[in-house]
Amino acid sequence: MMLEKFAQRSRSLLAGAAMSALLVSPAFAVTPADTLVEGLAIDDIISMDPGEAFEFSTAEVTGNTYDLLVRLDLSDTSKVKGDLAQSWTVSDDGLTYTFKLKPGLKFASGNPITAADVAYTFERVVKLDKSPAFIIEQFGISGDNVADKAKAVDGTTFQFTVDKAYAPSFVLNCLSASVGSVVDSKLVKEHVAAVTPSADYKYDNDFGNAWLKTGYAGSGRFKLREWRANEAVVLERNDNYYGDKAKLARVIYRNMKESSAQRLALEAGDIDVARNLEPNDLDAIAKNADLTTTSAPKGTVYYISLNQKNPTLAKPEVRQAFKYLVDYDALASTILKGIGEIHQSFLPKGDLGAVDDNPFKLDVAKAKELLAKAGLPDGFKVTMDVRTGQPTTGMAESIQQTLGQAGIKLEIIPGDGKQTLTKYRARNHDIYIGNWGQDYFDPNSNAQTFASNPDNSDAGKSHTLAWRNSWDIPELTKETEAALLEKDAGKRADMYKDLQQKILDTSPFVIIHQQLEVAGLRKNLKGFALGPSFDTNFVGPVSKE
Amino acid sequence: MSVAENQAAAGRGSARAVAILSSLGRFLVIAITTYLGLLAVTFFIGRVIPIDPVLAVLGDRAPAAVVERTRREMGLDLPLIQQFYIYVKNAIHGDFGTSVLTTNPVMTDIRRAFPATIELATLGTLIGAVLGVPLGVLAAVRRGSLIDQIVRIIGLIGYSVPIFWLGLLGLVLFYAKLQWVAFPARLDVVYEYTFTPITGFYLLDAAMQGQWDVFYDAYRHIILPASLLGYFSLAYISRMTRSFMLNELAQEYIVAARAKGLSETRIIWGHALRNAAVPMVTVIALSYAGLLEGSVLTETVFSWPGIGLYITNSLQNADMNAVLGGTIIIGSVFIGINLLSDLLYRLLDPRTKAG
Repeated sequence: MMLEKFAQRSRSLLAGAAMSALLVSPAFAVTPADTLVEGLAIDDIISMDPGEAFEFSTAEVTGNTYDLLVRLDLSDTSKVKGDLAQSWTVSDDGLTYTFKLKPGLKFASGNPITAADVAYTFERVVKLDKSPAFIIEQFGISGDNVADKAKAVDGTTFQFTVDKAYAPSFVLNCLSASVGSVVDSKLVKEHVAAVTPSADYKYDNDFGNAWLKTGYAGSGRFKLREWRANEAVVLERNDNYYGDKAKLARVIYRNMKESSAQRLALEAGDIDVARNLEPNDLDAIAKNADLTTTSAPKGTVYYISLNQKNPTLAKPEVRQAFKYLVDYDALASTILKGIGEIHQSFLPKGDLGAVDDNPFKLDVAKAKELLAKAGLPDGFKVTMDVRTGQPTTGMAESIQQTLGQAGIKLEIIPGDGKQTLTKYRARNHDIYIGNWGQDYFDPNSNAQTFASNPDNSDAGKSHTLAWRNSWDIPELTKETEAALLEKDAGKRADMYKDLQQKILDTSPFVIIHQQLEVAGLRKNLKGFALGPSFDTNFVGPVSKE
Repeated sequence: MSVAENQAAAGRGSARAVAILSSLGRFLVIAITTYLGLLAVTFFIGRVIPIDPVLAVLGDRAPAAVVERTRREMGLDLPLIQQFYIYVKNAIHGDFGTSVLTTNPVMTDIRRAFPATIELATLGTLIGAVLGVPLGVLAAVRRGSLIDQIVRIIGLIGYSVPIFWLGLLGLVLFYAKLQWVAFPARLDVVYEYTFTPITGFYLLDAAMQGQWDVFYDAYRHIILPASLLGYFSLAYISRMTRSFMLNELAQEYIVAARAKGLSETRIIWGHALRNAAVPMVTVIALSYAGLLEGSVLTETVFSWPGIGLYITNSLQNADMNAVLGGTIIIGSVFIGINLLSDLLYRLLDPRTKAG
């Protein structure tokens, strides 16, 4: 009887399917020949204003739609090359940087690009004082002095003055961050909104921030046509671009979060590139004759950290024991396969001075020895906040299992990304697992957060990762600051090597791997490559056959 | 409506009007209380969940000083009660604030997202009703037969299998393997940035503009999610139809009709179904309301940019203005449809008509 019912059911389902077949004819989807369609999780975007945006997805869009004074040199990422700037000089005292702009530059709007636009760009970034402003402000620049410190000398000469004789590599690297994207001052000024000055904001206008959140005032290879939150970003070719024009007329980023959904859409030809693939989908795509994959190491490291407010986790032996209780090899061959490379130092490969020897292996015996030395031969109980999603969940489960072998009972507290982050920022966690992407392409970005903590009190203003884990390190903080002022790039690299070694030896950070960004793509795409940072995933050279 | 009211209404027409008006008044009181409750619950849940709304404005990576300043700017340093008072004051004026995610006023976003949900739910309910009612009638007429069993099993599956799972299966089969339907979205990219909607109901808009290729494309995108919702509502509608019909078929007037020698077809479709139609209106309306608010998972699976997806995304991003606004709109629709079906019930019920 049951079987009969089942058969009946399948028959009715089949009948239904047959009916749908009559209603819809099969058609193989193909994206238009002049349009690149990428499936990408773009739900992190909250603003398109380069003076405000600080998210990974925005960095990619900004990198393709705006130009900078200088840009990362992709052939050697420890250097920068001129973008809008044709050349630059540094004064003898190391304080003044003078940039000469290339001739005949134009914004997408048709307005000419002048040194006044560059000066306005810096002025609005500093006065708006949004998330990425510190990249500029750290050179001693504030709303009060920005007009003097970042000024147009003449139509094509821009001068930038810093407060200390920093390593020039550091200054230039910071200027290559997307916060330095040059905006069309004429266009922006047409869209400024009035603001009533207050104690927190003393200017009478918003420098076009409200408009630029969704608007566009750049000069890049592509111009931003539209951003629909959680749906899509649409770019169009900028025919006023100073260099090689983009090959395609349009690029569409479609918000797709699921790896499996991206894979289905890629296989069906509804998207040309899938950007958030997990290892099993990546495998399947690698086997498909119509598709191919590409990857690039990114400046993002995944780590777990132990809150030093927890007295057990504050014991040096316990900190060290955790580093021997991660099965790095097993992670590399499963959860991280194709999407991450084991990397245990805080500077990602590609940074000046990055160390790439990975001293730790899973060694339960050694960990037990360390725990016994700390007076915890039977282990202990502890919690870890884990934001749901891969690879963090898979990593957390693996670590839970290996910690168990040494008697440490780990309770995983799963949470939404925002939830775990709120807890982490308030220093209310025991253990946190997460990732850290550098804010700009310079070793100081990660050194500052992993190896400095100027004020460990709860009221401390500088919320570095060391602060979030209550790790009080006055000596390391000083060393981090010193590395900034070292002009000799070789010596500077050595200082960072030393810092990385100290972090390996003593820190509450167990750095596990460096992210490998992957993409699955249709074979008819030419010129698609992922860059070393999120703002160097350029779509300009892409074409279709 | 109570029995006493019913009798009074049956007696005098004007009294019936008064009764309806008074129940309308009562309904308004209930609706307003429900609103306030909804506002309060959503607001306070939104404030006590361990997610910092400042994150929504600034993202994950903002420096501490900026976070502090923004918290003050957002008024989050004020006492909760004061924050709630400000919120309600603005909400009464139709101002649900600005969504930090889209930078639009919440109402603007909702006006854009809602038609997508209505289009999907309407088509789903249509499919559910057109198939569900005859199936329910058949099951009732052939009570205990194989058809009855099948209808019940279909209903059971629709009830018990999670809709997102069916959605994923549907996508794998009809989209990925067979390529019968289009990819999760409302339109293909080719059309999405060339087609200008008028009402927001894409099928209707395309037809009105005579763009039949867009119509066909919109259809290829909506048919699978609508069918799934339709299946879900079919399960409910067929089960309720069956039980209403069984109830009607046991009535004396059916026996009388049979005795008069009326054809079985006329008895079933003409008499029994007509009387069962009254409670059916409520069932279909409720099912419709259910699809409107319950399409969250379907919209997520099918990347359908409706109100469900809007609220889901907002929740995930701690965009509390959007969550509150969306919840209140859904609540209003639910309350509205309840009111409407209640009124329809009164208008159609022969017992209230008798007066």
